Amino acid sequence: MSVHTSLPSRFERWFAARGWQIRDHQLEMLAAARAGEDALLIAPTGGGKTLGGFLPSLVDLADTISNTGAARPYALHTLYLSPLKALSVDVARNLTIPAEEMELGVRIETRTGDTPASKKKRQRERPPDILLTTPEQLALFVASPNAARYFCDLKRIIIDEIHALAPQKRGDLLSLGLASLNQWAPQACRAGLSATVADEGGLARWLVPQTGKDKARFARIIHGRPGPRPEIEILDSAERIPWAGHSGRHAFGEVYARIKTSKMVLIFVNTRAQAEYTFQELWRMNEDGLAIALHHGSLAPEQRRKVEAAMAAGRIKAVVCTSTLDLGIDWGDVDLVIQMGAPKGSARLIQRLGRSNHRLDEPSRALLAPTNRFEHLECQAASEAVAQNQLDGEPLTAGSLDVLAQHIMGRACGEAVDADSLYGEIGHAAPYADLSRTDFDRVLDLAATGGYALASYDRFRRMIKGKDGLWRARDARTAQRHRMNVGTIVESEMVHVRLGGKRMGRRLGQIEAWFIEQLTPGDTFLFAGQVLRFDAMSESDAIVSRTSDDTPKIPSYQGGKFPLSTYLAARVREITHDRKEWPKLPTQVRDWLELQGQVSRLPQANELLVETFPRAARYYLVCYPFEGRLAHQTLGMLLTRRLERMHMRPMGFVANEYALAVWGLRDLSGVNMDALFDDDMLGDDLDAWLAESPLMKRTFKICAIIAGLIERRFPGHEKTARQVTFSTDLIYDVLRQHDANHVLLQAARDDAATGLMDVRRLGQALTRIKGHIVTEHLTRISPLALPVMLEIGKEPVYGEGHESILADVSDDLISEAMKP
Amino acid sequence: MIQAGSNKVASPWSLHGVAVIPDPSAALFLPAEKALIVADLHFEKGSAYAQHGQMLPPYDTGETLKRLAQAIQRYQPECVIALGDSFHDLRADGRMAERDAETLTSLVQSMPDWVWIEGNHDPVPPPRFGGRVLPSLQLGPLTLRHEPRNGQVRGEIAGHLHPCAKVRGKGRSVRARCFATDGARMVMPAFGAFTGGLNVCDPAFSQIFLARPDAWIIGTQDIYAVSSRRLAPQS
Repeated sequence: MSVHTSLPSRFERWFAARGWQIRDHQLEMLAAARAGEDALLIAPTGGGKTLGGFLPSLVDLADTISNTGAARPYALHTLYLSPLKALSVDVARNLTIPAEEMELGVRIETRTGDTPASKKKRQRERPPDILLTTPEQLALFVASPNAARYFCDLKRIIIDEIHALAPQKRGDLLSLGLASLNQWAPQACRAGLSATVADEGGLARWLVPQTGKDKARFARIIHGRPGPRPEIEILDSAERIPWAGHSGRHAFGEVYARIKTSKMVLIFVNTRAQAEYTFQELWRMNEDGLAIALHHGSLAPEQRRKVEAAMAAGRIKAVVCTSTLDLGIDWGDVDLVIQMGAPKGSARLIQRLGRSNHRLDEPSRALLAPTNRFEHLECQAASEAVAQNQLDGEPLTAGSLDVLAQHIMGRACGEAVDADSLYGEIGHAAPYADLSRTDFDRVLDLAATGGYALASYDRFRRMIKGKDGLWRARDARTAQRHRMNVGTIVESEMVHVRLGGKRMGRRLGQIEAWFIEQLTPGDTFLFAGQVLRFDAMSESDAIVSRTSDDTPKIPSYQGGKFPLSTYLAARVREITHDRKEWPKLPTQVRDWLELQGQVSRLPQANELLVETFPRAARYYLVCYPFEGRLAHQTLGMLLTRRLERMHMRPMGFVANEYALAVWGLRDLSGVNMDALFDDDMLGDDLDAWLAESPLMKRTFKICAIIAGLIERRFPGHEKTARQVTFSTDLIYDVLRQHDANHVLLQAARDDAATGLMDVRRLGQALTRIKGHIVTEHLTRISPLALPVMLEIGKEPVYGEGHESILADVSDDLISEAMKP
Repeated sequence: MIQAGSNKVASPWSLHGVAVIPDPSAALFLPAEKALIVADLHFEKGSAYAQHGQMLPPYDTGETLKRLAQAIQRYQPECVIALGDSFHDLRADGRMAERDAETLTSLVQSMPDWVWIEGNHDPVPPPRFGGRVLPSLQLGPLTLRHEPRNGQVRGEIAGHLHPCAKVRGKGRSVRARCFATDGARMVMPAFGAFTGGLNVCDPAFSQIFLARPDAWIIGTQDIYAVSSRRLAPQS
């Protein structure tokens, strides 16, 4: 092969010395780089993907260094961006090994939030050849002086785990940073790396600078050879499979048996609460004293580092973890991945499977352990999807306007820029390729003055247009404050969990403030693998003590995080209806579906089944859209509003991933279901609900913080001035009344389509079921309804007026204390 | 539930033996004196943040004035008393939009009596809008001032602390502004559109109430009286 012969001899020797053969996709990456093309490399984990991304850089650098010698000038050659700082550190280590073995003399450095200020300063003055960093660090560069000069020599940009970044707001920010780099270093080629890409064309476009409407440009797509098919087994438990819930308790015995017979096991769960519970239960039966560890995002970093080091050293038998271990870090010799509960999406499952057997020639092995009967159907669908390599994923959407506001301000904090050329520059970012000039100008005004119809803040503007026509930050202090607030990850307000008593001071990790707020001193909860008693709040720390109690009083502190993917939902509907699919299911699940067919009906894949039945003086309506909890909650809100208008006196509803149950005081069997489920509910009803929804207020707050309208609070700020700070809820209300077309309200509405309310998914579902609603009026609860009905009492009940809580507690005070 | 907000029925609400009507707008009406009391208006809070780089919406003064005019319309008082911190800072006057300044001037002039109590944010309320400026005011048995006095004081109505309360139930919680009272004295909620709140369980309140106060919590239409033992800490 001609390309092969052009590989420099010391690279040839290195491959040969290792007994390796350079892979075709690595050669093709070299060819793309030589042709000056951007490339998207899709290769399975363990397939030499990272080397494929860096090989063109190493070859080019080796060439330069041998020409100029070691005393060459400092110039940044390659910028590597990944979603995790731990991944940057890991890749730097893996890259340094071949670079040193080949004696290339390449300077490789990382830069993350943890990098000391002195090193960061030095990196600015004397850049390495290859810098490994995160999207937020790039945004900081963009918002700093001399960015243009710093990046002007750049030859290559590598974006790792591109599928994970692109669909998020972080991806929007990254795409804007890349557009700036394109301005300063138009010669730089880009490479995107991923193991799991659902929408290859979309990502290939995302990666490449765009040149205007209707002329989409795409990166060259390069595929690595797929590895052997993974071996996936679904646990056919001998125990009774629960109807509802996500504890997985029935499966722990069998899971424990697998841990014993494996080398190292990763046990993935979907929520932090589930991780805590699983960890505790496995230790309860751990008579062999197996080294079982816990790893999730809320644990103190030192604790996580300890677990990671023990994994790398092979000192651990199993780790219970959340998505913190999803992405491509190779921590150790994992030979089995166990997924507790349904994987929610086939791409996520493939990603997690990639954690086992980091070698291409051996199949990864996985065990799926459904926690309830519905999840059996979902696991079946997911395992088939993996076998057929059917990937799902979040779709790419137009870039968020709040992120754009942050970027525009950032640009003004760095290199001064004029609005026309900035508009042109931003259009190179694929998510913003279709941004209108009008919207750009509105967002620029948002960044500068808040963007209000009542333009009264001109004299306070954060960005100023100079006589030269260029925009700059108002002053150095304003620029500094902007840099302190860069980024799109807005965390819930967290408090530290700290042990009190004699061991005062040791921090176990962080927990959401709202969770602690609902505790009263004395309440117990699971955290960091132990049952803790909440004692008091001290400053911003929750003081806790250990307890011998082994059943925590407050069971859970986070619901399902990932919605069921559209692809898996469709497959689950097919499996439910098609008896030919049933032989693959365990007997218990088959019997359940069989009974449903006798008592009620098994809807066809394109139908929506609606059942009504009376129970204990109430009337229930249960439907099965299979669209995920978030979309079902939104549907529940809208249905209860409509039923209220029909005077059906609805009282509440509860949703799970598959179904929605609404109940009320009047028989719902006479309701015209076609009218009730008509998609016109997404008009006025949705608007009216969104206007006052706490979820919408939370969405707005996140947009306001990202856009820089409100600054993130920093430790120490909030307590001294609590009563004189402002509430974003009040700001939302006032803005809605006085400036309904404000660009941030628009941004929040756009987010509502996909975020906490999943309105877009609901809209698609309502369109799908139009004319396909089948109803069954039953005299009692159906088998299919049982799981969601069991959620009643476990999940918060929605649909009741917020103030009814106040009315309830106010009554008894009046009777006992208020004397007229 | 007790319906408040209407002066047509006899009020079941009282403070230090005086009948009062708490209004969902966060105003307090004293029928005997025909006095309407509002605390912590914080005019131009939005622009105060804007001048320091946080561009909060410039609509708070207009919104506060609108609600104030509605409360005046509802109760037809003969006197309005603003309990201090009416202006967010000493330069608030200079930042106020002309339209808002005119609305405020005509509102003050439409009243037989208007009292600006001095606050810590506005020790010298601007004179151009009219009205009297006083450090405190005695209305019958009640003393009106901005900052509540520490210790056991009876018959005081103050502001300054921006009380709010939190109540749990049905797996959720509600947090809202409230009138904090033990029957003998009261801390009024902040009236201003952007004003946040301090939970009545905060230590700041234990310096003025011997026991945790009850909360008259503001709902969308009604006021809900909630006993101190039903209130949740932290906010």
